[in-house]
Amino acid sequence: MYTYSEIKKILKKDTNSLPALNVALLGDTATQFLATGIKGMGIEKGFHINLYEADYNQIEAQIIDDTSDLYKFDPGYVIIFQSSHKLLSKYNELQSEEERCGLADSRIDFIKNICSKVTCRIIYYNYPEIDDRIFGNYSNHVKSSFIYQIRKLNFDLMNLTESIPHLFVCDLSSVQNKFGRNMAFSPSIYTTTEMVLSLDIIPYIASQTVDIITAAQGKLKKCLILDLDNTLWGGVIGDDGIENIQLGEGIGIGKAYTEFQYWIKKLKNRGIILAVCSKNDEEIAKEPFEKHPDMVLRMEDISLFVANWNNKADNIRYIQSILNIGFDSMVFLDDNPFERNLVRDNLPEVVVPELPEDPAEYLEYLYGLNLFETVSYSIQDVERTKQYQEEAKRTLSQKEYVNVDDYLNSLQMQSEVKAFDKFTIPRVAQLSQRSNQFNLRTVRYTDSELIQMKDNPDFISFVFTLDDKFGNNGIIGVIILEQKDRETFFVNTWFMSCRVLKRGMENFMLNTIVKYAKLHGFEKITSEYIPTVKNKMVENLYLELGFSALEDSDNHFILPLDNYVPLKTHIEEKNGYSI
Amino acid sequence: MERVKVFEVLQGIFQDVLDNDDLVITDQSSALEIEEWDSLAQIQLVVAIEKKFNIKFNAQEILSWKNVGEMVDCILQK
Repeated sequence: MYTYSEIKKILKKDTNSLPALNVALLGDTATQFLATGIKGMGIEKGFHINLYEADYNQIEAQIIDDTSDLYKFDPGYVIIFQSSHKLLSKYNELQSEEERCGLADSRIDFIKNICSKVTCRIIYYNYPEIDDRIFGNYSNHVKSSFIYQIRKLNFDLMNLTESIPHLFVCDLSSVQNKFGRNMAFSPSIYTTTEMVLSLDIIPYIASQTVDIITAAQGKLKKCLILDLDNTLWGGVIGDDGIENIQLGEGIGIGKAYTEFQYWIKKLKNRGIILAVCSKNDEEIAKEPFEKHPDMVLRMEDISLFVANWNNKADNIRYIQSILNIGFDSMVFLDDNPFERNLVRDNLPEVVVPELPEDPAEYLEYLYGLNLFETVSYSIQDVERTKQYQEEAKRTLSQKEYVNVDDYLNSLQMQSEVKAFDKFTIPRVAQLSQRSNQFNLRTVRYTDSELIQMKDNPDFISFVFTLDDKFGNNGIIGVIILEQKDRETFFVNTWFMSCRVLKRGMENFMLNTIVKYAKLHGFEKITSEYIPTVKNKMVENLYLELGFSALEDSDNHFILPLDNYVPLKTHIEEKNGYSI
Repeated sequence: MERVKVFEVLQGIFQDVLDNDDLVITDQSSALEIEEWDSLAQIQLVVAIEKKFNIKFNAQEILSWKNVGEMVDCILQK
């Protein structure tokens, strides 16, 4: 979220091109900061808000008088902010038990009156709780206590919206619950001024207010696009397999994913379209949806399931073309910063939340963003998923890649290449055990086997890291060359982590080993692909990289080195290779 | 923290909050002479100073300052 001073800077932007809205703000406390916040967040969400700020504490006068400045201004929205503090002041002056018990009712009557006078949309702020603790916890038993009345008022306000369609409640109480009263309210500032909102909470309240306006103007989020591995479940389905992904109740991180899925399911039930966008083989990616006992989301919840190895920006374009909704109505959730940035760079209108690293934090973080504001809800919304599923079936077709060279270039990728040593061997052993998809022969190695290879001159090892401007991925790929004769190296082992797919790492790795082989007088490299259930992704890797298939075998390949032209790569070698 | 250092930090905060990079404050500077320093700016100054120095002012302190010099004295006492 922006800070207040950042919002002030937003206000300096040129907003002439944005659609203008007349919005009035009436408060019973000083609202200057709130006004600045609302104008700033308006610009942020694409509106130029002409804000009419009534003089302090003029709510009744402005609304009752037909010739007031408020009506001359002709607002599209009227925001009314009656504070809990002023309500408390009023309560303090009440003389009888009967009057105190009627506090909420009398305020509700007042709001009804406002709503009958003002015909445009009204955004009414509900009441953050102040508990004066006069009865302690026993206040819950006492109808005349302030906390009882303020809660009743908030509850009755919800009910009131049923009969008044142009009344929208802005939930300040919920904002205060999220961030805490100590953050939302500053006693020293309240005492020295007439401000009941802290500078720190202003951006959040302004944002909630503008969310309602944005939704009422028809700009809604309609579709949630989901990554799978480490977003909907823990682990990588292609590598770990359906038995080993983390999901399900009980202690451990699986619970976080389960609760996250329940949240998504509720959105779907409310009418948000769900789509999957995952780098995976489609069959493997669908397996948990069909077979995992702890999956909350099932295939029938997903309108469009896109699992392939294309880049995600292209896949989201594809999803957009099928669903035929605006990019600005889409939200994309992915745990991987690389994918998030690729989508942001290519499709700036898609909302891409910066998911926390720890999946345990996903939900609270997303609650804070209030992504799915709406101004209506009907039973028809629920049918939406099915309609889109049918539409998707009709138009299913394979999509072209776009050229992502520019993007890859901008990443400033660097790879460090090393031989096995005591620092790299533990990670190499782990990757060797866990890599299933990008793994050409799927030979598993333990630490001690790797140490033996390190000391055997017939084996040359290459350990690759990958860094980019967004961070360091650590060791992500390994090649082991085996010397067959004076002229020939055989690719004994080649595996890579799926985190770095589609970045041209393969090209860089091949260039590196060819350079080494030529330098040491070798003339050819041979290789083998051993198919497994999970490594279909690389079945054509050697052919794509320029190897030729040997005639007597489908899965053996050869690459002569004398005419080798280095493959295109966007990755720079870091520190130089030293063996 | 030394007085001169506190003063230097305040100089930056004043320029930022009052949105005036040419502003130069002295011990004697007060809301009377600096045009942009109104009651709204006062709140933003208080919050910015509290955050910067990780301190809290009480309401009486906020109301008591007559000029920048007194603000600095107050910060130094924290």
